[in-house]
Amino acid sequence: MSTLSPSVAWVRDEEAPRLPPPPNMTGIAGWIGANMFPNWYNGVLSVLFLLFIAMVVGNLIDWALLKAVFVADDRTACVASPEGACWAYVRAKFAQWIYGFYPIDQRWRVNLAFLLGIGGLIPMLIPRIPYKRETVLYLLFIFPIATLILLTGGHFQFSAASWISVLVSLLIFAAIMLALSFGAGLLARGAALRIVGIVAAVVIAIMIILSVDFGLNPVETSQWGGLLVTLVVAITGIVASLPLGILLALGRRSDMPAVRVFSVVFIEVWRGVPLITVLFMASVMLPLFLPAGVNFDKLLRCLIGVALFSSAYMAEVVRGGLQAIPKGQYEAANALGLTYWQSMGLIILPQALKIVIPGIVNNFISLFKDTTLVSIIGLFDLLGIVQSGFQDPKWASPQTGASGYFAAAVLFWMFCFLMSRYSMFMERRLTTTHRR
Amino acid sequence: MSAVTQGQAAPRSSIFNDPKFRSTAIQVLLVLAIGWFAWRIVHNTQINLHNRNISSGFQFLWSTAGFGVNQALISYSETSSYGRALLVGLLNTLLVAGVGILFATLLGFTLGIMRLSRNWLVAKVAEIYVEIVRNIPLLLQIFVWYATVLKPLPAPARAPQIGLPWPGGGFIIMAAVLGGGAWLLRGLYQRTQSVVMRVVATLLLFFAAWTAIGVVREFGLSTINFVPLGIFLSNRGIMFPRPIFGESMWIELAALVVGIVLALGVARWARRRQEQTGQQFPTLWVSLGLILGLPLIVFLTAGAGATFEFPELKGFNFRGGMTLIPEFLALVIALSTYTASFIAEIVRAGIQAVSHGQTEAAHALGVRPGVTLRLVVIPQAMRVIIPPLASQYLNLTKNSSLAVAIGYPDLVAMGGTVLNQTGQAIEIIAIWMVVYLSLSLMTSAFMNWFNSRMRLVER
Repeated sequence: MSTLSPSVAWVRDEEAPRLPPPPNMTGIAGWIGANMFPNWYNGVLSVLFLLFIAMVVGNLIDWALLKAVFVADDRTACVASPEGACWAYVRAKFAQWIYGFYPIDQRWRVNLAFLLGIGGLIPMLIPRIPYKRETVLYLLFIFPIATLILLTGGHFQFSAASWISVLVSLLIFAAIMLALSFGAGLLARGAALRIVGIVAAVVIAIMIILSVDFGLNPVETSQWGGLLVTLVVAITGIVASLPLGILLALGRRSDMPAVRVFSVVFIEVWRGVPLITVLFMASVMLPLFLPAGVNFDKLLRCLIGVALFSSAYMAEVVRGGLQAIPKGQYEAANALGLTYWQSMGLIILPQALKIVIPGIVNNFISLFKDTTLVSIIGLFDLLGIVQSGFQDPKWASPQTGASGYFAAAVLFWMFCFLMSRYSMFMERRLTTTHRR
Repeated sequence: MSAVTQGQAAPRSSIFNDPKFRSTAIQVLLVLAIGWFAWRIVHNTQINLHNRNISSGFQFLWSTAGFGVNQALISYSETSSYGRALLVGLLNTLLVAGVGILFATLLGFTLGIMRLSRNWLVAKVAEIYVEIVRNIPLLLQIFVWYATVLKPLPAPARAPQIGLPWPGGGFIIMAAVLGGGAWLLRGLYQRTQSVVMRVVATLLLFFAAWTAIGVVREFGLSTINFVPLGIFLSNRGIMFPRPIFGESMWIELAALVVGIVLALGVARWARRRQEQTGQQFPTLWVSLGLILGLPLIVFLTAGAGATFEFPELKGFNFRGGMTLIPEFLALVIALSTYTASFIAEIVRAGIQAVSHGQTEAAHALGVRPGVTLRLVVIPQAMRVIIPPLASQYLNLTKNSSLAVAIGYPDLVAMGGTVLNQTGQAIEIIAIWMVVYLSLSLMTSAFMNWFNSRMRLVER
């Protein structure tokens, strides 16, 4: 037992006064000091970068604002100001960039289609808004058919032969389903009848709606152009690639060797070749593959090529999602006695697809950028129409090209940047791990 | 008979519920469907080709092409065959992809490291670059470089000549001002934390440099002279001298090879010695000395191995020398700047993926920051970086097919011309697909091998 001598023991019994942080570490000055002038070489670097930024921004303002021509009826003013942008040209051509050669008095139809799309997309993209299932049905069925009728004019004249072939296919489908349920007992009888009824009703209803005359003037796809074609190609490509991509991803993970080999070969071939060769294939080779007399529209051929191409990329994205689902989920579904399609449709895919939403959006961004390639095979997408406008002698000036490219780049950039921000937002919402 | 009755004794479920039967049935159906589909396509194609009087086969590869080309790595003329034209295209594709990959990697790694810089401005500039460049279609960027940057360059008659920067008479004064200024600045940063003082002092250094340039100019001295190199920038491309190899070139090449072999040997010996004794050896400097020094000694003793043929202006264009056509330049610049923006993100993610504890542990052991980055962080980051990097290389190679839009004679552009002339669509597209597929497979095979070498080997 030892005792402490009172002269040594000292315990602080009140809090030390709180000192303010040193003035060099707070406020704007502190931030600048820590982030731009922490040591002498970083200080020098900061000043060099500031000079560089000032030069770039200064030149840009000079070109795009100070020396630019905003209002003019033709090239004269732009030729007179050879060091400034020619925005008058962009203004004159802008409507054409959006609608292409769509008849001017019919442009309301394109606007209405854009509105229908935005009306479906906004409730789809905001996670808080309910009725997702209804929105998806709207976007996958009602919106495409309405847009198809609006843009082409509808009133498709189906030949008797095509009606007969559709009816025969429906009958074969019904026979298979009924054989599966009544003969093999793989499906409940009520379910089989319901599926057959719904599919037949939907197919026949679509064909009837498409053949109704709504009194709209027909517009050939060769008259479509600009942003309209860009969006049609990109959206059709991504929507069509989703079911195909899911099937391919499931096929790639299948136990059946034939299914797996087919999926792997399909995916790797499309992913291994550049899109431009796929587009050449769609425009040159597809007509050779079809029976004599059958001919597809150029835009439709291109859409088929884009959809097949992007389905391979979609399959890889979905596969990533499937692999991320813990094995316990698969085993639990099996333990409950669910069939393959039940476990995929009810347990695995809802989780996997939710994880890969950012990946799907990223796929859409790259597809959106890649649609510019259709201008090489002679379709007038946004870039194609911007380029074709340069030949207009009315607007030939030294800065016409640069102004046109700049404006088109800004348009493309806005779309892609917004989508990439959305993808990042979803990624943050969907990840639940802790981050540093 | 008895076997049958025995079999019937046990209750059996429907054959459709037997997984083996089901999987076999589905696979047989799939193969039949694909076979039927393929047969339909082949059948239709045969009829269509017959109707259009196109004979299929690869015989056309041996007939005369009859079109010229603006860049060929092997000898090619209008009388060459279609097959040779396609070969020229393939080599041009490989050239543009190889050069593009090199520059994309350099720029991408620089930008990726810039994005992680402590300096906010540096990080922000790199971020803005990445966000702008990767969100604009590549084709648009190719057009911009081609039509608004390279094509408006002056015609050959007024083309500026590029020179090698060489210290001029005022260089010593400039170097003294900058060196002294930097030394003073360093001292000031060590003494004061005050942001205002630091900013003012840094700006003063720039002001001093600016004034020094003015003063030097006033005395008629130049800080940097440009030694003309015979490289010209014009709207027909970049013209530069063509080396013509002489006899002593072989000795110099041999010296280079010997230097490389010796350097490799030294590196091996140094590594073994370090593993055994812990002593380090300046491998880098010795290797550089061997690789550069040996050929230099040979060059000084045996004389120049190569003479240069300089481009000369004759009429409206340059004659002699070598030319990089603007189509090639536009493609390389656009491909490498575009792909670099993706590589930058990969590099950043890779470095950030290395747990910060690794850096802290290295610092705790007393390892300096630069060495930590080189020996601890980067090797671990490379494991994360390599797989996506490989797919970016593949993307760049595939994207080089956009050459067709500006008329660079790559495989797709040459194939397109051949296709238009002969109508052999199936054969040409088959060649494209085979070539790109095998390029993809070779790149991924190489990258898989490289990846397995870099992989973390666990016990």
